[in-house]
Amino acid sequence: MAVFDPYLAVRRFGTGLAADTAVPGNAGALLTDLQQADALAAQFDMPRYTDYLDIEAQVRELRRAKRETEEAAEIARIDEATKTQKSAASALQSKSAKARIARAVGAPIGFRDRLEWFWADHFTVRGIGGIAGSAVSSFSNEAIRPNLTARFADMLRAVVVQPLMLRSLDQDRSAGPRSRFAKRRGMGLNENYARELIELHTLGAGASYTQKDVVELARLLAGLGVRHGAFQWQDGRAEPGEKHVLGKVYGGNGQGLENVFAVVEDLARHPDTARHLARKMAVHFVSDAPDPGLVTHMAARYRAADGDLTALYAAMLEHPGAWEPVGNVKWPLEYVISGIKALGVTPEQIIARSRRDIQRGLIAPTRLMGQTYQRPVGPDGWAEDDAAWITPQGIAGRIQWAMDAPHKMLDRLPDPRAFLEVALGPNPPEPVRFAAFNAENAREGVGLILASSAFQRR
Amino acid sequence: MDRRLFLNGVLGCSLAASPLVTPVTLASAPWDTRLVVILLRGAMDGLDAVQPYGDPDLAGLRRTLMTGPEHGALDLDGFYALHPGFSALKPMWDAGELAFAHAVSTPYRDARSHFDGQDLLEAGTGMDVPRAARTTGWLNRFLQDMPGVQLKTAYAIGVDDLTILRGGQEVSRWSPDARLRLSTQAQRLLEVVYHDDPLFRDAALEAITITQALRDAPEIEADEPAMMAGMAPAARGNPAARMAEFAAERLREDTRIAAFSVNGWDTHARQAGAMQRRLGGLADTISILREDLGAEIWGKTAVLAMTEFGRTARENGSKGTDHGTAGAMIMAGGSIRGGKVYGTWPGLSDAALYEGRDLMPTRDVRAYAGWVMRGLFGLQSSRIETAIFPGLDLEADPGVIL
Repeated sequence: MAVFDPYLAVRRFGTGLAADTAVPGNAGALLTDLQQADALAAQFDMPRYTDYLDIEAQVRELRRAKRETEEAAEIARIDEATKTQKSAASALQSKSAKARIARAVGAPIGFRDRLEWFWADHFTVRGIGGIAGSAVSSFSNEAIRPNLTARFADMLRAVVVQPLMLRSLDQDRSAGPRSRFAKRRGMGLNENYARELIELHTLGAGASYTQKDVVELARLLAGLGVRHGAFQWQDGRAEPGEKHVLGKVYGGNGQGLENVFAVVEDLARHPDTARHLARKMAVHFVSDAPDPGLVTHMAARYRAADGDLTALYAAMLEHPGAWEPVGNVKWPLEYVISGIKALGVTPEQIIARSRRDIQRGLIAPTRLMGQTYQRPVGPDGWAEDDAAWITPQGIAGRIQWAMDAPHKMLDRLPDPRAFLEVALGPNPPEPVRFAAFNAENAREGVGLILASSAFQRR
Repeated sequence: MDRRLFLNGVLGCSLAASPLVTPVTLASAPWDTRLVVILLRGAMDGLDAVQPYGDPDLAGLRRTLMTGPEHGALDLDGFYALHPGFSALKPMWDAGELAFAHAVSTPYRDARSHFDGQDLLEAGTGMDVPRAARTTGWLNRFLQDMPGVQLKTAYAIGVDDLTILRGGQEVSRWSPDARLRLSTQAQRLLEVVYHDDPLFRDAALEAITITQALRDAPEIEADEPAMMAGMAPAARGNPAARMAEFAAERLREDTRIAAFSVNGWDTHARQAGAMQRRLGGLADTISILREDLGAEIWGKTAVLAMTEFGRTARENGSKGTDHGTAGAMIMAGGSIRGGKVYGTWPGLSDAALYEGRDLMPTRDVRAYAGWVMRGLFGLQSSRIETAIFPGLDLEADPGVIL
């Protein structure tokens, strides 16, 4: 039976090993780490969502001014000011990307970052245009990261009032059929968010709910709105009367938003949600086909702890099924980050690098690997199955990055023989050791270690 | 594992017999005709690419953007003229292998967002399908409707997500940006490293096979008989050209469907120069497909270049155009009945413009794509109108396929 392995712990559940990693003595140490204050988030702060909104408001104002003038000099001034605002927005995005990478590279273990990425993907926001639409990192930083050790219901509660979530699932285009707004504008329900809230975020597709539950939930959510980019409960859109979701009655009491929070509590507590989250987490961190015993154990602990996420993590880490030797394939950005962490790039170096360097060296290459930065194709986020990533093009992108990027990024490449155990721990697979010792030069040696399936798997 | 045994076992074999360099056997393709879809991202100005200079209202709308044969455009039929950037394709037009559909659009209306417009173009649905549900593409649904489709039957080329090819049918993806330049020793050692992980081993083998095929592909001779008289050799080396080269290389083998995208059509300012470059690049891309496919396969090929929407009829204050509605689609290939601009011209008077600003769509661009697929692959109209472009009315056959 597989057992806890301190090196595997950091590779599978963290952001990877580095030369100075003090590996955890037991699985509990990963949880202890999560309980500590989030020093790296404080050190490498991220722009707030409202920073993007401020810029968006300025641009809106400029656009209005442009409509009202015919004067060429004034138009030129407005165009210039608009350009300045837009480059300020892209500077925010770049700062976010750097902070995100710096935190993960600077983290001794990095379980917190990996959990953030996991949950941010669970709650994928996407496909929103405009300046605020590019604040995806801020969404994750503000709604997900502070709630990693809360109850799942608390995280969900933070998410249902996020403008980016509401916009990316069309909730801002929904109105209760009997609401004042619907009567005036001829608009109606949009079920998109209600459906994904059940199918993707809580119970899971194929769980015990009906189309009627989706519609009733959509009626209950109808007042969740967005105005000028900010969340707003809109009584005018809310659907009056009672709603029956999964056999329980909500609403009819004039307490719109409180009713949403009440249904969120119940969805989070649902046994199907426990199973769905347990399985999804086991798949992500361990394997495409996780030990069913692991999933059952995680779901049971989640339910017993009233949806407490730390209990869910503890259940995963304490179960032998979590320590099977061959892990799931890393996501491309995760792969790249674990690569530079192993190579000894420091968070300070990340921050000091130019925007262009970060883009070219770390972010752009993930596109070839199949992961366009913050642009997943669907609301279900990035794929988990190994075969979705290890395609001919995907592997070519990974090998190419492994061979080309390190020597462009570092002044001096490490000796592959030493780097081997830094990256993979003290017992690397024999074929990788052989490759590291027999490469023609340091560039290829380091590249082969990073390209190895052992390094590319969690 | 015993180290010596390991070395003998894995590295004992010669490189020639190594599984990483053994060519894979390809299953043969289910049909013979080819379709290439090029997505022009950013909204190509159809009024500039194919200029309706015979319309008396055009000149008044385009103050600095030169139009018509008087300004260097190539007359096509007395009403339309080809933008000079496209001049390399004029021989193709004369040979009846190039056509356009004008005043076409997707069902997308009014919001004029690139994201949403491209989503809809690739999804091939109407506006009734929720935005978040538009995650699969019409070319993928087409593949699901065809018999005998293999992984290699369709290629999504480039790093673009190409939602147009996403869906239940697995397709191949490759970007010519992927360059696996490995030394012989590195390749050997990679084989060692992946030996026990079949997923990695097989994918790497395929990647190396593809890159080697590209390296080994014979250079196309400039005097090859298939080369059309009077046609300038296409410029190679740019990203779109490399995608076209790769597409042709695959289409000569067992691939039947290829898609890729070309960016840079969002010409809000200084459009004249941008269009000259973009159209020139697109002309090269199409010429490369023709040259590299060779006469026989080109004769069985249709190339469709489509964009998410057109641009404003009126030029804006910065010598460009803004997001509009209807535009033009480019159709090329030996299977196209070319030398013709298809479509019903709506006119450019204030009253004829959509919302007083855009070219009025007179036909759904999906109808042309649908008739092309029907003509090339014998698909039933009812399948096109329900499975591939749900809700589309194909209407009368424009007769674009020979």
